[in-house]
Amino acid sequence: MTLLSIQNLKAHFHTEDGAVRAVNGVDMDIEEGEKLGLIGETGCGKTVLGLAILRLLSENTTVEGRILYKGQDILTMSDHEIRKIRGKEIAMIFQNPLSSMNPVLTVGTQVAEPVELHQHLKKKDAMQRVIEMLKSVKIPLPQERVKEYPHEFSGGMRQRAMIAMGLICMPSLIIADEPTTGLDVTIQAQIIELMKEVLRDSGTSMLLITHDLTVAAELCDHIAVMYPGEIIEYASVRDLFKDPKHPYTRGFLDSLPDRGLKPIAGISPSLIDLPAGCKFHPRCSLATERCRKERPELIKVGIKHYVRCFLYD
Amino acid sequence: MKKFIARRLAIAVIVMLGASLLSFLLLYLAPGNPAHAILTAQLGHDPSLEEVAFFMAKHDLNNPFLVQCSQWLYMITHVNLGMSFRTGEPVLVEFIDRFPATFELASASMLIAVLIAIPVGILSALKQNSMLDHISRLVSLLGVSMPNFWLGLLLILFFSLKLGWFPCFGYGTLSHLVLPAITLGTGLAAPLMRLMRASMLEVLRQDYIRTARSKGLSEQVVMWKHGFKNALIPVITHMGMQIGHLLAGAVIVETIFAWPGVGKFLVDAIYARDYPVIQGFVLIIALFFVLSNLAVDILYTYLDPRIRYDVENGK
Repeated sequence: MTLLSIQNLKAHFHTEDGAVRAVNGVDMDIEEGEKLGLIGETGCGKTVLGLAILRLLSENTTVEGRILYKGQDILTMSDHEIRKIRGKEIAMIFQNPLSSMNPVLTVGTQVAEPVELHQHLKKKDAMQRVIEMLKSVKIPLPQERVKEYPHEFSGGMRQRAMIAMGLICMPSLIIADEPTTGLDVTIQAQIIELMKEVLRDSGTSMLLITHDLTVAAELCDHIAVMYPGEIIEYASVRDLFKDPKHPYTRGFLDSLPDRGLKPIAGISPSLIDLPAGCKFHPRCSLATERCRKERPELIKVGIKHYVRCFLYD
Repeated sequence: MKKFIARRLAIAVIVMLGASLLSFLLLYLAPGNPAHAILTAQLGHDPSLEEVAFFMAKHDLNNPFLVQCSQWLYMITHVNLGMSFRTGEPVLVEFIDRFPATFELASASMLIAVLIAIPVGILSALKQNSMLDHISRLVSLLGVSMPNFWLGLLLILFFSLKLGWFPCFGYGTLSHLVLPAITLGTGLAAPLMRLMRASMLEVLRQDYIRTARSKGLSEQVVMWKHGFKNALIPVITHMGMQIGHLLAGAVIVETIFAWPGVGKFLVDAIYARDYPVIQGFVLIIALFFVLSNLAVDILYTYLDPRIRYDVENGK
């Protein structure tokens, strides 16, 4: 069953330099229990998309389209209704846990907040729950560490605490924004292992936002590739690695260290000044006249494999 | 923590010595003869040369600078601030007599400043660029740029001369306190409010505020539980420095309202070249500055757990 259905989502924010078109007509479904990876370069709008789902974007942003969660449109909900979704139904794990945690509140207090709020647990019971949760994300001595502050935790431990905070209400969907970025490689591997384990146990769906294809391959069933503001390819992890269709996806794969580290020529377009037609045409060696003028639609090229490119039209 | 406080108190002694030596030097170099100034005031006419010479000798004012300096150092290390040239009373007694009035005015105006600045600053930040924000910013700009003496005079003109609600000067009852406290409090509130607003805006941009929202917390909880304590840190720093100033006596306001506080007495002492009073007061005021800064530093550890003084090299 479809848990979250994003339909023709657009998110633009208004700056002095003009409208930043971060998300331009994204369609995407997440099934119950599915783990979907959203891949793209820095500045392609993937974080904006993640924040839009929980309506956490700043007030100067215009969001259009529909985000149906269990059939209900998140974008038309009242503030009160969306707050009942946040943390309880859909939770978020942010990158950079040091800045994402409040420096003046203890880790225990912060991890406990979702259960105190949504499950109306008393302080003492909530803290008990936090200790269990910290144990399940393998933080040693949880009964002591709940009383500590974020700066007293190491980077890896902080990210574990963030994961505990996200999962404590057992949400149906977890949005993880670059959860391993900025951690040491060995710690990264531990966090990936941990996420695999907790997600398998809980059956929670996940939208994993990352620029790191190998992390997505480890944790996800399907991958959506984003290129300034649009999904340009959607496939299962297996298909994407074995048979990438979009020239950008191929380039992306070729730029991986174990595939030769070949960079894609050119740079990503600015979100303020996007090219007409296919957004990738200025960097694409196969571009034709049509690519410069028309925007390609998502074309079905296999079972659950879609690509936005005229080569397959 | 104890070690930290002990170290800071040791530094305080050095700061106070430095401040009093500096003021000693300035007084020594300043033009004007205390004997002449004080005798003129006491006698009501120009003193004779003999009278001046007698006064100078009596108060050891003929000694070389370094000798006077060491005499002063000897005195203060024996908890003796000397006698006022003018009144003949011990300087410490003169200070203690006047301190309650200054303290009363300082606390009342700080209370007014905090009660205005913190809520308005926060509201202003929450409703950024709203009508309320624009008005409060304009008012605080006025508050910052309006000199105390002018605001004080306006208040006297309107509330005591025209409406007759409050006495225009003097000390004693609560109604005497109102106008000077408002005058001083507004001056304090204006920069404090701007700081509170800026600090709250800065905090609201932080990632952890977004995290707090992502948990489903209401805006009130986000603001008060997650925002306020963080935003308060720079505001407390500023207030700490102001407390030092206030306890030193708000000279201008005390003068306008004839408030019998420390500040007014100090200014009178400066005019009269009453050296022991100036020296002693500078020393005590330096002590207040050092102590209020220390109090703020200690308060930090409660507001921000990242600040610890008892761990060497951090953890």
